[in-house]
Amino acid sequence: MDFTDDQLLRYSRHIILPEVGGKGQAKIAGAKVFIVGAGGLGCPVGYYLTAAGVGTIAMVDNDTVEMSNLQRQIAHSVNTIGMPKVESAKKTFEALNPDVNIIAIQKRMSKDDIADLIRDYDIVVDGSDNFPTRYLVNDACFMAKKPLVSGAILRFEGQVTTILPGEGPCYRCLFEEPPPPGLVPSCQEAGVLGVLPGVIGGLQATEVLKLILGKGEVLKGELLIYNALKTTFRKVKVPKNPACPLCGQNPTITELIDYNEGYCSPQ
Amino acid sequence: MSEMIPDKKINIKGLVCPYTFVKSKLAIESMDVGQVLEILLDYEEASRSIPKSMEDHGQKVLKVEKVNDTDWILQIRKDKD
Ligand SMILES: [Zn+2]
Repeated sequence: MDFTDDQLLRYSRHIILPEVGGKGQAKIAGAKVFIVGAGGLGCPVGYYLTAAGVGTIAMVDNDTVEMSNLQRQIAHSVNTIGMPKVESAKKTFEALNPDVNIIAIQKRMSKDDIADLIRDYDIVVDGSDNFPTRYLVNDACFMAKKPLVSGAILRFEGQVTTILPGEGPCYRCLFEEPPPPGLVPSCQEAGVLGVLPGVIGGLQATEVLKLILGKGEVLKGELLIYNALKTTFRKVKVPKNPACPLCGQNPTITELIDYNEGYCSPQ
Repeated sequence: MSEMIPDKKINIKGLVCPYTFVKSKLAIESMDVGQVLEILLDYEEASRSIPKSMEDHGQKVLKVEKVNDTDWILQIRKDKD
């Protein structure tokens, strides 16, 4: 890859890292990442991957920007209230780094379109805020053999794990089925410390860059749990479940499922 | 000591940090292990920092020489891909 003078400066702190170099930066520039959600997690993930120079970043989200998002969704602003979140994020990311091709997709994905949407991408990042999407993304990535970097946040706690196709467990090995809607915290209960998605999204973006570079170790078969109140990081080993309904020996889930609505999706 | 014939030469006169090391590193990356890169520079600080960084990255510094009032010549052998 031939870098322009601006690119040499922009990426100089990457290029001088032995683990990255010009070759690693070229890999980053050639990578295509698909981000599910342009909310709390999707904003920092997209923001840092844009800064890092990831060549193509797609974001899918159906929502529009609201005032109550701004406490944590850092790609949006008072100037973009009412705008689709994916358009608002695209504007922000393009201002940060014009090298990056940002593809904004305003929709709620379903079992009928997710496979087509993720087909051209190397890595999928889940920053969704609801269980139906989380399971849909897990199942679709398993079937399409795409690496998935999954993140979740609630109140003061966040989780990250990286699911690699054909290696280690999937999300259903961890939690077989979505919880019934009644057991999911209601909107009033579902508070979140504004900075928490920044920590978790930052970890997700780091996992993505390591996957692109092929350096270091990712959270394969491990769930990293961050507690912001206690300032603790805990790694929990997650074994592959031989009876997993998706990736186990006798899978019962062989096609994608749209779970019913009725889950709270906090704005 | 016999004079080493470099496989590649770059002239980074006029450049300052971090360009100096970035350009040198990109040049080394494009070469094969065992080949020698010669760097001509006029930024004094880089005459010390480039050899140090190259060694940190596993490369061999063969020569650091002040050739006139303003310029240095470095020779680096690529030992590590
Ligand atoms: Zn599984």
